[in-house]
Amino acid sequence: MDSSEIKQLRILATKSRIGAILGTFHAKSGHPGGSLSAADLFTYLYYKELNVDPRNPQWEDRDRFVLSKGHCCPSLYAVLAMKGFFDWDELTNLRHVGSMLQGHPDMNKTPGVDMSTGSLGQGVSSACGMALAAKLDRKDYRVYTLLGDGEVEEGQVWEAAMFASHNNLDNLVVMVDQNGLQIDGTVDDVAGIEPLDKKFEAFGFEVFKIDGHDFEQIKDALDKAKTVKGKPTAILCRTVKGKGVSFMENQVGWHGVAPNKEQFELATAELEAQLKKLEGEC
Amino acid sequence: MAEIIKKATRESFGEALCEFAETNKDVVVFDADLAAATKTSIFQKAFPDRFFDCGIAEENMIGVAAGMAASGKIPVAASFAMFATGRAFEQIRNSVAYPCLNVKIAGSHAGISTGEDGATHQCIEDIGIMRAIPNMMVLNPADHWEMKAATKAALEYDGPVYIRLGRLAIDSFNDPETYEFELGKGITLHEGNDVAVIATGLVVNEAIKAVKELEAEGISARLINIHTIKPIDRDIIIKAAKETGRIITVEEHNVIGGLADAVSEVVTAECPVKISRIGVQDCFGYSGPAWELLDLFGLTQPHIARVIREVVNEK
Repeated sequence: MDSSEIKQLRILATKSRIGAILGTFHAKSGHPGGSLSAADLFTYLYYKELNVDPRNPQWEDRDRFVLSKGHCCPSLYAVLAMKGFFDWDELTNLRHVGSMLQGHPDMNKTPGVDMSTGSLGQGVSSACGMALAAKLDRKDYRVYTLLGDGEVEEGQVWEAAMFASHNNLDNLVVMVDQNGLQIDGTVDDVAGIEPLDKKFEAFGFEVFKIDGHDFEQIKDALDKAKTVKGKPTAILCRTVKGKGVSFMENQVGWHGVAPNKEQFELATAELEAQLKKLEGEC
Repeated sequence: MAEIIKKATRESFGEALCEFAETNKDVVVFDADLAAATKTSIFQKAFPDRFFDCGIAEENMIGVAAGMAASGKIPVAASFAMFATGRAFEQIRNSVAYPCLNVKIAGSHAGISTGEDGATHQCIEDIGIMRAIPNMMVLNPADHWEMKAATKAALEYDGPVYIRLGRLAIDSFNDPETYEFELGKGITLHEGNDVAVIATGLVVNEAIKAVKELEAEGISARLINIHTIKPIDRDIIIKAAKETGRIITVEEHNVIGGLADAVSEVVTAECPVKISRIGVQDCFGYSGPAWELLDLFGLTQPHIARVIREVVNEK
């Protein structure tokens, strides 16, 4: 990836953050913090990694993405809209009655969403099922899932981890958005999940630790994951919750609260300024 | 009179799975370390490449099955009714039923006839739990032939299904030559107008024997077998309520949440009549041989006959 490609990705990621703020503002609810921490990961996945076709969202041979941390869908929706799965204007209907954009992802309502998720810990099992189906059908599509670092406290995640390595699911990539915060406080204070890398290693995964906002590192880890044979890959992505909006960064309180009008305007102005700077550099 | 086959419905289920999978390559089966007990071992032996033991991890098993269904497979996930519908309730609710994925959930060792293992393994709530979930179909077949037909129908149906299997070997009462199974349709096994007995699952055969015993005494009891608890056959229930004026439900399940409630919901809305509820009276079971327990819980022929007699005399 050259520097202009990286700049393009940063532009797209910034736009997805603007979309997440727009959506949660109009919804008067939602989860900005985690949406912003995961925005760069969604952007890379949909623009560089996943083999998907917005004109044919149900294409049988597509790569699959399961957002196990379903509450972070606002920025995923923004990326899907930019990719052309649906109109950008839909973002203003997020969480409204009759909207195709539910508070948590719904595979039957939203084009581009591969699995209904939202109850933490469940998406990773579904991703295992999809990866196993690919193996059975001798298809070469790959399956990606993104978990929160608070989410790994769910026991089901580890049941799924055992299953993935026991069944040699080397077409499965489990990514963890390690923004370090959950509703009740820091992940370290609430439950203590570390050493997460050693846990995944012990469960039979190839493990990479990266900066989840650095596109070169994201690319490097995902490229290496494709060369891993006989076992699944876990990519632990260190991120900043609320990334891109100064007053939301690293703040527990921005987990599940929507910006009010003033905060919306402030956040959008900050992101627009970042966008303008990036576009000016192009 | 057809030959009587004495077989547990879990075994009939395992056989039916294999028969269906012969021609349908999309069927995949998951178990949670109970294959020998749920009889998915029959499938495992025939189709080892399409069988996956998930270990003692029911929550993940249901999620994996959901992912498989989302990829076009027809997954069947089996465990004891207790763990399938209890431990993995929320996975079934959110990963299977909400997206309406084509997953079949088989709950074996349901009811108190699980026997010696005792209360922790005797699931008396599974029908209630599954019935309360939108999109979920609930089946409770009563003998070998019905289980085989129901399993096939469940696999042909596109959507989530819960199917209840029993541990205890029981006598068949259906005749394979004439038996017809249709999802959502109750079956009248015996005509009568003094009272309507509506039964489901393993205890249907006991109800048949009770109704025949009473026929000799001049009591004319109608007997209806409800194999599909959801969606329930409203018409057959309303007709029975209107024509007999009195209903008795019989089930190997808590009287809260199961057949009794399902019938009551129809009757109270359409044609209110008194309903007597034979079943587990909102208490836990305990260890013991299956038939002794069924007798102690009032689910065998003499007890059912006694209730019918009381109800008819009361009319």
